[in-house]
Amino acid sequence: MQFFLEVLIGGLLSGVMYSLVALGFVLIFKASGVFNFAQGAMVYFAALSLVGCMGMGAPLWLAFILAFAIMTLLGIATEKFVLRKMVNQAPIALFMATIGLAFFIEGLAPLLWGNEVRALEIGLVDEPIAWILDNYNMVVSSFDLFAAGLALALVALLALFFQYTRVGRALRAVADDHQAALSIGIPLQHIWALVWAVAGFVALVAGMLWGSRNGVQFALTFTALKALPVLILGGFTSVPGAIVGGLIIGASEKLAEIYIPPVLAGWFGGNFGGIEGWFPYVMALLFLLVRPEGLFGEKHIDRV
Amino acid sequence: MFYRETGQFKTSYAADQQIFPIRQDRVGVILLLLVAFIVVPLVAGSYWFNAILIPFLIFALAALGLNILTGYAGQLSLGSAAFMAVGAYAAYNFQVRVEGMPILVSFLLGGLTAAGVGILFGLPSLRIKGFYLAVATLAAQFFIVWCLTKFPYLSNYSSSGVISVPGVEMAGFTFDTPQSRYLLVLSIVTVLALLAKNMVRSTTGRAWMAVRDMDVAAEVIGIRLMHTKLLAFAVSSFYCGVAGALYAFLYLGSVEPDGFSLDLSFKILFMIIVGGVGSILGSFLGAAFILLLPIFLDISLPWLSELLHLPFDGATVSHIQLMIFGALIMFFLIVEPHGLARLWQIGKEKLRLWPFPH
Repeated sequence: MQFFLEVLIGGLLSGVMYSLVALGFVLIFKASGVFNFAQGAMVYFAALSLVGCMGMGAPLWLAFILAFAIMTLLGIATEKFVLRKMVNQAPIALFMATIGLAFFIEGLAPLLWGNEVRALEIGLVDEPIAWILDNYNMVVSSFDLFAAGLALALVALLALFFQYTRVGRALRAVADDHQAALSIGIPLQHIWALVWAVAGFVALVAGMLWGSRNGVQFALTFTALKALPVLILGGFTSVPGAIVGGLIIGASEKLAEIYIPPVLAGWFGGNFGGIEGWFPYVMALLFLLVRPEGLFGEKHIDRV
Repeated sequence: MFYRETGQFKTSYAADQQIFPIRQDRVGVILLLLVAFIVVPLVAGSYWFNAILIPFLIFALAALGLNILTGYAGQLSLGSAAFMAVGAYAAYNFQVRVEGMPILVSFLLGGLTAAGVGILFGLPSLRIKGFYLAVATLAAQFFIVWCLTKFPYLSNYSSSGVISVPGVEMAGFTFDTPQSRYLLVLSIVTVLALLAKNMVRSTTGRAWMAVRDMDVAAEVIGIRLMHTKLLAFAVSSFYCGVAGALYAFLYLGSVEPDGFSLDLSFKILFMIIVGGVGSILGSFLGAAFILLLPIFLDISLPWLSELLHLPFDGATVSHIQLMIFGALIMFFLIVEPHGLARLWQIGKEKLRLWPFPH
């Protein structure tokens, strides 16, 4: 039971990290209907920029601001040179363009900052919290806890931003209907550039946390693949969905990794580790069979 | 004036319904096939066969399979490489485990196995649509590759799932020269491509297109959604599976599960996007483009860096390649969202009138 709880908590905490990446997807999908496959590459680029700026001697806060500025520039450039020229094209074409963008960023980032694995020091230590270890005899990483707290704070901030600010209202209007938003005078292009900048900010936070934990390296781009099942489980258009989906995926993935391979090995013999790669997808898939629009996604009504 | 159909009267139903109704098309296709079957084997060297022509034909076949599913039936799939893997491994198992199995039957059975797996992973398409489905097909991608790595039976107990295929032999003839392998691949691809061309203009193909354009409307006019969508998954996976078997048997000779990664799936998706979604010709054009682009960049970038005296090392060159590749994909989508096939369409319109203005 103790072990189960420990795995569960570890899974939940790492699930929050998945949510952080999924959040970037949700923001862009909500505001522009673009399924942005480049989010993983953006996480990588943001983390590399952060490390790169720190390598030039900037303190963490300054490097963070600089990296955010770089991500904003990237967002504006994407809007100006790619999205603006693709208005009115099929969603699949936009999706493909973001895969192209992902390749572009994956080439650009190491070209600018070098491609060796780098450590990112943000002043957090990854060690068990003594109090929990003493009282309950469970290993809960302080780093994970901090990351989870930061992610939750970010989500709360974004939710407030979407709900109560003028820009947030404009974002929701654009998400609802591009043309209607345009006709009442919302500047579509500014809004898109803005939302890409916000997604860049989320990518930066995700990149900072993932990077300081595993090192800043190319593998950061694969965080996108971790976020996709979270996304379909939670629904593409829901910020809370990204959080809840992340928790479910994180917890079940870690539990499955511990408990399923021994069962399989018992049946067939051999080593069945590494089911983390596909298990979240299969679970999300089975879940979609029951609820095709995800947990919190908008129900789609077809009209002929 | 070169491409006018004026004066070509059809006097029988057979003539009206033939696969290429315009004479210029028929002549063109026959000429193309003659060149491919006779001229190319005489002039091309073994580098051309091994590095360009054989992979081009195999990828074109895989792209054709994905195009049937995504371009004609409108179901976005990111798992085509996994279905290629199923085809390759199934064909290998039939070849190794059944004594005296003819190679073509192995390919066919490999394709059919892939079709079965395709139907299984196509089932969710009955409930979910669009990007949700695209992400769901990733489940197939990761699950199948994992299975091939973890179940040693599937790779005949070789280490880490690598399969080395036995030599390809048919009725006493061994396909050991590049020419002979090229001709075998070409024959299979030709037959399957003509079959696909026929299929997409039949009842089935029209049902696929109706489902693609709007599946609720298609259901209302009496198209059986389940039947149509699953058939699209089956046929598409069959094509991908045969392509995978050819990839293993006649191109690489030895493959591992990780060779059929998500990157390969994306590559095939790029082929149909660049070539033209919903076009048989586009699959071939896209395959050629995506295959030749890296080769071209490989040759031109070091040359360029030498010319401009830029200190490019190997890693930098590969990064620039990646950037150019991504930028070109975006450029294509912006400039010609309907792909290279659309350019050919425009060219035909021009040829019809040329050299007259009207």
